[in-house]
Amino acid sequence: MKDTLNLGGAVIEAKGLDLTFQTADGPVHALRDVNLTIDKGDFVSFIGPSGCGKTTFLRCIAALEHPTGGTLTVNGMSPDEARKKRAYGYVFQAAGLYPWRTIAGNIKLPLEIMGFSKADQEARVERVLELVELSGFGKKFPWQLSGGMQQRASIARALAFDADILLMDEPFGALDEIVRDRLNEELLKLWARTGKTIGFVTHSIPEAVYLSTKIVVMSPRPGRITDVIESPLPKDRPLDIRDSQAFIDIAHRVREGLRAGHIDD
Amino acid sequence: MTSARPVLTVLAALVAIWYAASVWMNATWVFDQAERAGQSVTWAEVVPQTMAQARPLLPPPHQVAAELWKGVAGQKITSKRSLVYHGLITLRGTMMGFALGIVLGVALAVSIVRYRVMELSVMPWAIISQTIPIVALAPMILTLSNQMGIDSREVPKAIISAYLSFFPVLVSMVKGLRSPDQMQLDQLKTYGASENQTFWKLRLPASMPYFFASLKVAVAAALIGTIVGELPTGAIEGLGARMLIGSQFGEPLIMWAALFAAAILAGMLIVTVGVIERLANTRMGVRP
Repeated sequence: MKDTLNLGGAVIEAKGLDLTFQTADGPVHALRDVNLTIDKGDFVSFIGPSGCGKTTFLRCIAALEHPTGGTLTVNGMSPDEARKKRAYGYVFQAAGLYPWRTIAGNIKLPLEIMGFSKADQEARVERVLELVELSGFGKKFPWQLSGGMQQRASIARALAFDADILLMDEPFGALDEIVRDRLNEELLKLWARTGKTIGFVTHSIPEAVYLSTKIVVMSPRPGRITDVIESPLPKDRPLDIRDSQAFIDIAHRVREGLRAGHIDD
Repeated sequence: MTSARPVLTVLAALVAIWYAASVWMNATWVFDQAERAGQSVTWAEVVPQTMAQARPLLPPPHQVAAELWKGVAGQKITSKRSLVYHGLITLRGTMMGFALGIVLGVALAVSIVRYRVMELSVMPWAIISQTIPIVALAPMILTLSNQMGIDSREVPKAIISAYLSFFPVLVSMVKGLRSPDQMQLDQLKTYGASENQTFWKLRLPASMPYFFASLKVAVAAALIGTIVGELPTGAIEGLGARMLIGSQFGEPLIMWAALFAAAILAGMLIVTVGVIERLANTRMGVRP
């Protein structure tokens, strides 16, 4: 595994990152002293209970929140600059497709905003639809698709403008487990084919272990990192790898990390 | 057609109540006549007489229907006694006021959503404007526009009509333009979308269901505004004027026929808005 880790170098670097929200009930420490390096081609999962700052950290990377202390760089730039360079695509928990646009129209949304040419838009829609196995569904409206297909369309939308980083905030959280398993498998295939760097927030230990090359365990009050686990699992992962001893060992370590975070409360 | 039965039942009940009320209200006149003639009348004699008076207190449905038919089909459209003629005049005023109301309502809503100061400075006035009775305001608007040298009655009518119809559009559009949630706004932010792009790509299309819901209220309000605008002194054209003539000259049948013509016009307008809404829905991919 070591060689894949050193392949690309750091894409996202956080040093001593702090984020404090001022609220009516006093300051809330959403993130405290977060240090993390994400390398090119990593699949990094953030796991932890509610309020541990995993989503907040992802939002910081996407420049949707702004840290109050420490440094954060994306591709060597500030998150705001990285956004302007179209460094990342963001997938939210809900697919958030516009009901008044077709699937193709939804995927074109970021392309229209970023000013891609019409012909380029069409070509890109075709390509990403194929990538998420939704070819032929471009003319459908969102309500004609199942929840899992809608979420795949939203991943396609995030991929359409060729961002190198894919940030996913519990993208499969609202789906049932069977659909979720399939989408996880497809996501790994997609990751293998595209070589993107993926930041993935989840509540599920098996999901985190199955998907990740690196698992970041976080705990709340204040939001911080308690453990970073480099996964020894091979890059090629069939679903039944979840029954292997290595998988169970990592899952155990994640669980221990989560428990340790809670003892501090 | 399972829905036809309850609809017809309610309709029949309303007609029955109307007939009963006609008999009851118009009977007074029959009894007065009989008393003056020194006769006594039985109910069996009274009831038929309440059904065909020239100036009934409350004309029964068939009399109103006959007068309505006479006004719609029995005249040339250009005749001053044609309800179609007066209806078209009212329709024109309504459409002008409706269009003005939509433009005003949407423009205010857009600026209120865009600039916070507008909400604090304009919204209270918009609400206050609706608390003033339009019957009090209408003559003032008419006099004022006359003073300003506007001879046409169309303009003040459209203003009164717009005054009533802009408000539902304004309120709904403010809500509709604000309907996108934080996640959708964040998503556009990750694409680096500008304020303008957020407005055109997300806020405006998201507000359409609210817009069409408000149009149904607004078109009815515009019609009422137009009719009120036709009521004050000197009006000679339009359904409002027709109602006023009927009431001033003691011709209740004319008044009632104009009233129903207005109701039918309102119904047609609302159906039309509904059809436009359905067409827009199909275009916007709304689940049928």
